[in-house]
Amino acid sequence: MFKYVKKAVDKIDGLALVTGNEKYTDDFSFPNMLYVSVLHSGYAYAKIEDFDDSAAKKIPGVIEILSHKNVNQILYTTAGQGYPEPSPYDTVLFGNTMRFIGDNVCAVAAESKEIADTAIKKIKIKYKRLKPILDFEKSNNSKVIIHKYDWAFPKIPVFYDASHNIAAKVEAEVGNFEEAFNNSTNKLQKSFYVSYASHCALEPHAAVSYIDNRGRLVIISTTQVPFHVRRIVSHIAEIPISKIRVIKPRIGGGFGGKQEVLLEPIVALITWRTKRPAKLVYSRKEVFNSTRTRHQYKTSFKAGFQDDGKINAIHLDALENSGAYGSHALTVLSNAGSKTLPLLNKIKNLKFTGKGVYTNLPCGGAYRGYGATEAYFGYGQIIDMVCEATGNDIVQYYKKWSIKSGETSPIFEALGEGKAGIAMTITSSSLEECIDTGASEFHWYQKRNLYGSCSEFNKGKRIKRGVGMASLMQGSAIPEIDMASAYMKMNDDGSFNLNIGATDLGTGSDTILAQIAAEVLDVPVDKFIVTSSDTDFTPFDTGAYASSTTYLSGQAVMKCAGKIKNQILKVGADILGVKENEVDIDNECVITNPRIEVPGKVSYGDICNYAFYQNNQFQIQAEASHVSPKSPPPFAVHFSEIEVDSYTGIIKVINYLAAVDCGTPINPTLAEGQAEGAIVNGISYALYEDYHFSGFGKLLNDSFGKYGVPVASDVPPVKVILIDSYEETGPFGAKSISEININGPLPAIANAFFNATGKRLYRSPFSPEYVLKVLKD
Amino acid sequence: MKIKFNINNKLEDIEIKPAETLLNALRTNGFTEVKCGCNEGECGACIVLIDEKPVNSCQVLAMSVISKKILTVKGVGTLHNPHMLQKIFTSSGADQCGFCSPGMVLSAYSLLKDNPNPTDKEIVESLDGNLCRCTGYVKIIDAVRRTALIMNENITIRE
Repeated sequence: MFKYVKKAVDKIDGLALVTGNEKYTDDFSFPNMLYVSVLHSGYAYAKIEDFDDSAAKKIPGVIEILSHKNVNQILYTTAGQGYPEPSPYDTVLFGNTMRFIGDNVCAVAAESKEIADTAIKKIKIKYKRLKPILDFEKSNNSKVIIHKYDWAFPKIPVFYDASHNIAAKVEAEVGNFEEAFNNSTNKLQKSFYVSYASHCALEPHAAVSYIDNRGRLVIISTTQVPFHVRRIVSHIAEIPISKIRVIKPRIGGGFGGKQEVLLEPIVALITWRTKRPAKLVYSRKEVFNSTRTRHQYKTSFKAGFQDDGKINAIHLDALENSGAYGSHALTVLSNAGSKTLPLLNKIKNLKFTGKGVYTNLPCGGAYRGYGATEAYFGYGQIIDMVCEATGNDIVQYYKKWSIKSGETSPIFEALGEGKAGIAMTITSSSLEECIDTGASEFHWYQKRNLYGSCSEFNKGKRIKRGVGMASLMQGSAIPEIDMASAYMKMNDDGSFNLNIGATDLGTGSDTILAQIAAEVLDVPVDKFIVTSSDTDFTPFDTGAYASSTTYLSGQAVMKCAGKIKNQILKVGADILGVKENEVDIDNECVITNPRIEVPGKVSYGDICNYAFYQNNQFQIQAEASHVSPKSPPPFAVHFSEIEVDSYTGIIKVINYLAAVDCGTPINPTLAEGQAEGAIVNGISYALYEDYHFSGFGKLLNDSFGKYGVPVASDVPPVKVILIDSYEETGPFGAKSISEININGPLPAIANAFFNATGKRLYRSPFSPEYVLKVLKD
Repeated sequence: MKIKFNINNKLEDIEIKPAETLLNALRTNGFTEVKCGCNEGECGACIVLIDEKPVNSCQVLAMSVISKKILTVKGVGTLHNPHMLQKIFTSSGADQCGFCSPGMVLSAYSLLKDNPNPTDKEIVESLDGNLCRCTGYVKIIDAVRRTALIMNENITIRE
């Protein structure tokens, strides 16, 4: 049916990547370049009383020092979001108040990295230490105010209360929760905690800048959001947008961690002041401490249900640790409700309340899953608890109560991103098939009947086995906010330039977008020269976040290619001497319809040559933009099989299966890769990824080794099954897949743990210490 | 100072400082295919083969390997003349962001040279020094497995 879509086309940059030919930000160096080091705060909460950089300045080779003394105190948010950003303006590039260990004190630019590092140590600072808030549950009522003395404000009209350490607040209700809860025969009330996490993209954050031949500032950056970088740097560095060009070269993974504008303004200011190229590359320690993290969360659920398992009411109350600054605080919070509560849409009474609070700990930000991961841990267990209490089979339960095609949830309209959401009816879902196929491939019933905390299989055994499952949804792009655009032109050999603002983080979006154009134009993928993420040469795109690129940028490319096709048909008909409606495209040619007596055919190359040189000359070219009226959810069903060692407390995942509905997988191999990567990250987040802090708020496990990124031998057998649906608003039926699958491991493993042991896990990660404690209680 | 190093079977003039790591020396002399993910010997992005053995180049002083043979991923195969392993990495979807790929390819290349017919366990263990956050390792392990099969059976694969 499809020729270039739904095909495992090799990544167009693949061979260049695996032969080491591609360039990443740190691979760019320029003559006369300065090297930058940043001094970060060693105190969780302190005021700079005296700042003396005179000794550092005297070191030969030190060229520029940026600090609160010489950098304008301009408020902004580091969140790389659309304008006006839904995150509060509570950050200055270099301020005189340090709000977490890792906050920016100053930056030194020198002739070499060694000199810059030496100079940093010579800077003398007298701090007034303040009492920090290190427990997010105590932040709201604390006498300590983190942003009190400042002038932070929300950029959009939303609730914001810095005097009570509230960075964000969200409330939404459909139906009447209290009444329905009170009238329910059965009630459940449980709280769940999830930990901090680092994205651990293999490439650390980096930025390089220089002044081009005409005096403009060029920034090469490891960013997911080049256009937002241009806008935010312009704001902070007070350089007109017209003077800034941002280029994203290859980037070594993002996962949300690079949807943040952190290093770019620093190199920009240094280059703008010195007129010399500048490079800043963060060490792994700096990435752990100073960039952004997954927010720590407490989610408290109340559920009222009937004896037959019908849930009448759910209240999800979320408390989010925003850290020292409120980057993504509001939107991650809303997502915790908006991406979970619509799943079982037959529940009539739903309430979501949430607060994001400031602490003197590292800052949360965007992280794959974006609030949904944090909330599904509890949501998935609550559903399991209801099934357990009412004797329902969870597989059949999800089939019965989950949202289906043609249905809606009032939550879609009630909960948006800092404002009301957008009403939406589901038009594509293979969730029921995912449940059935997943259960059958996983041998769910055989295993579920065999295992169980009281089963013969587990009785008296040291190693206990269990299986658990969870259903999930996410979204595809932010409706009526995110915009993507594409530009295409034809070349005289029948090839095409495809210029897109979309940002390939390694996901393969450059390839996928070329596949979409190839399908529209019936041209092989290798005939597309793809240029992406360069603010001078590619049209606007909000960037790589919110599971948007395939769905949103894909539609822009599809529209654009459609316009090109019409132009090609017109010129082809002209050459063949027939009417426009008498021709079609076929395999890089325009051919006459079968009903034309004398068949005619002209190649794309000849068509472009004709348009260039023969008659009514013009460039075959087009642009298109796309905004989506909705955010169709992908769905997934996850099954896990685990072993619990009751002596050591070690949980071992021995099998994992995910059945996923991403609409049409434009490139099935790359789609599977997205799911597999997210699942493995999700499993390690469930089992061991965490931030350990000292009593002063210092992160103790700030290296790959201490933090514990999984290696190949840690990975259980993971099977991903893609089950298509067809989303009519997506390109060739596609939705998204990048985020959803990180949400599954927490609930699926916790439910398997209950199956194996009869005990519930309320905190992640499920460390051996915690598991032993739970088993003992 | 300038010293001759044997890199990818060519003698190259490399400018080094006395206490410089091999990783730094390689990158500042243009061998940017060797990546730096942590500079602490934990991620494997900077792996090169030194006398055919995979080593984290951030943990080795350049001075200490002057007389040895250094192989980077470009010595395994190039864009215009890729090695079978590199082709299969790409066709298997083992390359997402590609930042771990140079080190990953070198670890796999070294394994297959020593052990052309590895078990799954041997494949996994040979990759344990290389972190990857994108793929979950599934397709990387698959690529190495497929390369071994194809190279052993001398099947020609698509270009």
